[in-house]
Amino acid sequence: MQQNVLLKMEGISKSFPGVKALDKVSLEVHAGTVHALMGENGAGKSTLMKCLFGIYSKDEGRIYLDGREVNFKNSKEALENGVAMVHQELNQALKRSVMDNIWLGRYPTIGGIAVNERKMYKDTTAVFEELGIKVDPRRIMSTMPVSQRQMVEIAKAVSYNSKVIVFDEPTSSLTEEEVEHLFKIINMLRSRGVAIIYISHKMAEIKRISDTITIMRDGKWVATEPAANLEMNDIIRLMVGRELTNQFPPKTNTPGEVYLKVEGITGMYNHLRDVSFEARRGEILGLAGLDSSGRTETLESIFGVRTRKEGTITLDGKPCLNRNAGESIKNGFALLTEERRATGIFGILSVKDNTVISSLGRHKRFGIYLSEKSQREDTQRYIDAMRTKTPSQDTKIRSLSGGNQQKVIIGRWLLTDPEVLLLDEPTRGIDVGAKYEIYQLILDLANQGKTVVMVSSEMPELLGICDRIVVMSGGRVAGEVDARNTTQEQIMTLAAKYV
Amino acid sequence: MANPVTNLRNTAEEFKAMSPKDKRRAVIDNILNNALYILMLIFVIYTAAMRPNFLSLGSLANLVTQVAAYLPMALGIGGCIVLTGTDLSAGRVMGLTAALSGVLLQKTDFVNKMFQNLPEVNTFWILATMLIVIALGALIGLVNGFFVAKFSLHPFIVTLSTQLITYGIILWFFSLNGNNGQPISGLSDAYKEFVGGTMFRLGNTAVPRYVAYAVVLTALMWFIWNKTTFGKNMFAVGSNAEAAKVSGVNVFLTTMLVHTLAGAMYGYAGFIEGVRSGSVAPNAGLNAECDAIAACVIGGVSFVGGTGKISGIVMGVCVLRLIFVALTMLGVDSSSLYIIKGAIILCACALDMRKYLAKK
Repeated sequence: MQQNVLLKMEGISKSFPGVKALDKVSLEVHAGTVHALMGENGAGKSTLMKCLFGIYSKDEGRIYLDGREVNFKNSKEALENGVAMVHQELNQALKRSVMDNIWLGRYPTIGGIAVNERKMYKDTTAVFEELGIKVDPRRIMSTMPVSQRQMVEIAKAVSYNSKVIVFDEPTSSLTEEEVEHLFKIINMLRSRGVAIIYISHKMAEIKRISDTITIMRDGKWVATEPAANLEMNDIIRLMVGRELTNQFPPKTNTPGEVYLKVEGITGMYNHLRDVSFEARRGEILGLAGLDSSGRTETLESIFGVRTRKEGTITLDGKPCLNRNAGESIKNGFALLTEERRATGIFGILSVKDNTVISSLGRHKRFGIYLSEKSQREDTQRYIDAMRTKTPSQDTKIRSLSGGNQQKVIIGRWLLTDPEVLLLDEPTRGIDVGAKYEIYQLILDLANQGKTVVMVSSEMPELLGICDRIVVMSGGRVAGEVDARNTTQEQIMTLAAKYV
Repeated sequence: MANPVTNLRNTAEEFKAMSPKDKRRAVIDNILNNALYILMLIFVIYTAAMRPNFLSLGSLANLVTQVAAYLPMALGIGGCIVLTGTDLSAGRVMGLTAALSGVLLQKTDFVNKMFQNLPEVNTFWILATMLIVIALGALIGLVNGFFVAKFSLHPFIVTLSTQLITYGIILWFFSLNGNNGQPISGLSDAYKEFVGGTMFRLGNTAVPRYVAYAVVLTALMWFIWNKTTFGKNMFAVGSNAEAAKVSGVNVFLTTMLVHTLAGAMYGYAGFIEGVRSGSVAPNAGLNAECDAIAACVIGGVSFVGGTGKISGIVMGVCVLRLIFVALTMLGVDSSSLYIIKGAIILCACALDMRKYLAKK
C-alpha cells in the first residue's frame, strides 16, 4: 500500500494579507484509503483543499497526482482529472432537476446541439443504482431535503469516475441513518481504490471510517498517524494544542416549575400532528428524531413562522398566540434557526447590525432616533461575553467563521431578553473548542432560569447537556426520555416509531 | 473612533511591509475602486481646458440647481434598490403630480384655467397642494408596495404595471374640461416664486429655493436610512429577507413603507418639476426613473441588495449631471450624449460589482 501514493501535496504555503493561512503543509493520500483531515475551524483544512482545486493559488509547494505534477486552475479542471469535492455548503441549481445538476457543464448531446435527456436519465439511474440512492433523477432539487441533495452531490463526484474525492463535513446535515448509508458508499468507493479525504469535526465518525488521520492546527501540519493508533482524547489534544478532558461542561442547572406548555400543535401546511410537551424553568429540553421527523417544524410553529392549524402555547399559565416572529419576541421567545446562512445572518451587513437587528427598540431615543453609542455598547458587551473573534464591530459577518457567526446570532437573541430559547442545531458546523463554549452558554442560560428547547442531530450532544429528551417521529411525539438514564438505542427505537 | 492620522500612518506602514507583487495589486485595487472619481477628475480637467467657462461660479450654480432637481427621485428609488427591487413608475408619477400641482396652482385670471372654483393661490394653498401631490405619490407607492409585499411579485412587474396605469390617468386628466391634451400653463407667480425664487446668486446665475429644499430632504433621508428602526430594517430585508422575518422584522410593513416613501419623493419631485418645466405636458417625467436608477447604481447602491448610502446617491446624481453639463458645454450632440451616458453606467456598475465579488 505504501508505494501507492495517489495524491501528494508537498510544502504548501499560502498567505493572505496579514495572515499565514498555510505554512509548508504536506499531505499524502494512498489509493483505497480514507484519510481524515482534522483541525479546528481556521486550522487551514479548507484553505488546503482550495489550493488543491485551484480556487486559491498557492504561494509555494507542489501537488502530484499519480506521480505527475499537477496545477489545477479551477474545480472543473480538477474534476476532469479525477479530483472531486463534495462541499459542505451545497452550491446547486435548486430550480433544476437532479440530473441537470449532475451533468451540468457536460450535458450529453445529440449531434452536438440538442441535449440528450434520455441518456442523461439512463446514466443518472445507473449511478444511483450503483450507490443505492433512491431519488427520482427528474425531481427538482429544491423539493428535496438537504440530506438527499448531498447524496446527489456525492453521485455527481462518482459520475466523474474520480480517483480522489474530498468530503467536506458531509454528515453535518445527515441523520444517523443517512450517515450509515454514506459510510456504505464510502466503503464501496474505498474498495474500488478511490482515495478519500474526509474532513469532519465528529470524532466518532472519524474513528469509524478513516484509515489515516492528519491533524492540522493554525495552518501547520501537526501529525499524521494510522487511525488505530489515536484515541479520541489524543486527537482533541493535538487539535486544540491543549488538554480537553471533557467534551461537555458539567451540568449545573436545576429545573424548576413548569413554564412552557405546548399542546396539540398540528401544522397547516406540514405533517406535524398533535405535538405536546412541557418544559420547566432552568431546564434544557432536547428534541431528538430523524431528519424530517418534524423537529424544526415544531420550533418554527411555536415561534410563529410556520402556520398552525391547531394547538396552544402557554407560558407561565398565560396563553401566547405567537402569530408571527415579532409577537413571539414580545412574548419572550427566541429562535436560533437551523440554516445559519439562509435564515440567520445578514451576510453583507456588519457584526453590529447583525447583533442589534432584533432589539432596535432598546436604542430608540425620542421615539425615533437610534443611538449609535448604545448600539455599539450592546454589541461590544456580547462580543466580550461570548469571546467572539472579530476584527471589529464593522466587519461584515460573512467573513467570520461559522462558530463566531453563531455567537453573534446568539447574542442577537439574548439582547431581546428571552425567557424561552428555541435552538435549532446550535452547534452545526462549529469546531470542538467553540462547541464547548456554546454548551457552556446554554447551561449558563438554564442556570439563569431560562427555558431552553434544543434540536440536535448529534445524539451525544443531546445526552451530554439536556435534562429530558422528547423524541419525535413522523411529525408526532414518539416518547420522552430522561437524559441521564437513557441510551442512544432507546432514542433510535422511539425515533423509528412512526416512520 | 480611532485617530485618522494614526490610521493613515498604520496603513502606510502596512503598505511598506508588503511584497512588491502585493504592492502593485494594492495600488491597482485602489485605482479601480476609485476609477469613477479619477475619470471624473480627468474629464473635468479636460473640459475646463477646452472651455474655461466651465469652472466659473455660474456653471457651478447651474450644476447645483440641476442636482437639486434630480436628487429627490433618486433618493426615493434608492430604497427600492436596497430591497433588491426597482421602480419603473417613478417618472410617470412625477408627471402626474407635476400636472396636478400645475392645475391646482394656475393663475386665477388665466384664460385656459382648467378648474375654475379653486382657492386663491397663497402660501397656505401652495403648501396644501404640495402635501396633496406628495400624498398622491405616496398612494401610488403604497399600491406598488402592497403588490410587491403581499403577492411577492417582482417590483419590476408591479411598477411596470403602475407605470402604464399612471400614464393612462395622466392622459385622462389632460382631457378633462375640454383641455384636449394641451400642456398645462399659466402657473401662478406665487407658486413659481415658492419653488424657483432666487435665494442668492453665484456669479450671474440665480440659485433657486428648491436647492435648499433638496438639502433638507437629503438630510431627512440620511436620518431615516441610518438612524431609525425603519432604515435598519430596510437594509436587513434587502440583505436577507428570510433572516429578517425570523428576527422579528415586519417584512411586509417595511416593504410597503419603502415604496410609499419612494412614492412621496416622486410626488415632491413633481411639485418642483411643475415650475421647472413652466408648462406641464402629458409626457413630463418620461424615462426620468432611468436617470434616477442610473444615479443610484453609479453611487454604489447595488442591485445585490442591502447596501447603499445617501452620500453615494448624491455623488451619483452629481456625476450624471456633471457629464451632462460638461458635454453640453463641449457642444456634443445628443446622440453621442446618450452613448456616453450608457457607457458610463455600464463601467460604473462593473467597477462597483468588483467590490462585492468574493476575492479568491
